[in-house]
Amino acid sequence: MHELSLAEDMRDLILEKAEKDGFRKVEKVWLEVGELACVEASAMEFCFSAVMAGTPAQGAKLEIISIPGEGECHQCHHRWRVQELYDCCPECGSFGARIIQGREVRVKSISVI
Amino acid sequence: MCTTCGCSGAASHHHSEHDLSEDGLSENDLREDSLHTSGSHTHDHQNSPDSHIHHHNDQARILEVEQSILSKNDRFAADNRQRLKAHNVASFNLVSSPGSGKTSLLVRTIEQLRDKAGIAVIEGDQQTELDATRIRETGAPAIQINTGKGCHLDAHQIGHALDHWDLDSVDLIFIENVGNLVCPAAFDLGETARVAVLSVTEGEDKPLKYPDMFYGSDLMLINKIDLLPYVDFDVAKSIEYARRINPDIEVIQLSAKTGEGMTEWTRWCLQHLEKDTSIARDNRAESCNTNA
Repeated sequence: MHELSLAEDMRDLILEKAEKDGFRKVEKVWLEVGELACVEASAMEFCFSAVMAGTPAQGAKLEIISIPGEGECHQCHHRWRVQELYDCCPECGSFGARIIQGREVRVKSISVI
Repeated sequence: MCTTCGCSGAASHHHSEHDLSEDGLSENDLREDSLHTSGSHTHDHQNSPDSHIHHHNDQARILEVEQSILSKNDRFAADNRQRLKAHNVASFNLVSSPGSGKTSLLVRTIEQLRDKAGIAVIEGDQQTELDATRIRETGAPAIQINTGKGCHLDAHQIGHALDHWDLDSVDLIFIENVGNLVCPAAFDLGETARVAVLSVTEGEDKPLKYPDMFYGSDLMLINKIDLLPYVDFDVAKSIEYARRINPDIEVIQLSAKTGEGMTEWTRWCLQHLEKDTSIARDNRAESCNTNA
């Protein structure tokens, strides 16, 4: 359930932005979550609304943008869409992809007033 | 680019200040701009280096944030790493399920290493001081962090724990993370190496079930091997599974109870005092958070 602490970090990030950029209300947050990031969207949504209570982002909508996993084979350097960390390379059959994309949890943008 | 007026966003400006003829705006833009001259629309591209703000009174504006929500933890982790490196301290983040034998392993490790290195321990549990008490009985200093509802340690907590010691008198720090094979995987603590402990009373398929933890670990310790005759655990398979996810993961088999394999493990710990792996780890942390 580390979604709770991730949501708290997201809240801190938004509060820092609010102080710096001077907005009073957040209407929507676009969050990029990699498919290999070990973050459960429904848990994230639940924690988001819980931790934003009493902040400018109270009641804000959270939109999760799923980022596909991409890996590179450490043997033949073929790149493919990795579904699981233990997928083997579809070209040469080797295990052990270097993950290039899909582990990120990143606030892309926020809609504010 | 500002989508309202089409400017490049290179400088702070107000719409009424635009030289309309030079901007080459369309008639539509001019009409819209005439509304802006009432002072209801301002732009600020200068005062926020990492975001692009548009003010449209009560209309919503979009701020481009593009920031990893782990970036705060990663900053604390980088500070810890730098601080430990400055004092020549090697640190190990021990992660596993609850009950894999991490604390018993640490007690035995301290007994074997205390004459060779200064050792300190950070214990992470949701509740109680029990583990830190067990460590202190060996004579080694231990800090207990109770995470309460938290399911992992984070780099900020580790930074505060380090404040308790004179790091010049410490060579090795063992961090026993909260027993949990999921959540601690996402949080870099600034450690030199991450060690995943898997005991033979668990299934050999744990690496496949919890791949994130094994992807990010440098060493897999297979613990409780004295129990192998009594369980169905397939050692070769567990190693093969771990290396499917992480071909570079090192493996040591041991028993904290009988002491078998302990010398190989303590040697592995000590070799980190001689070689500095923190740079490699920094690079990997970066590749895990490519968009931080």
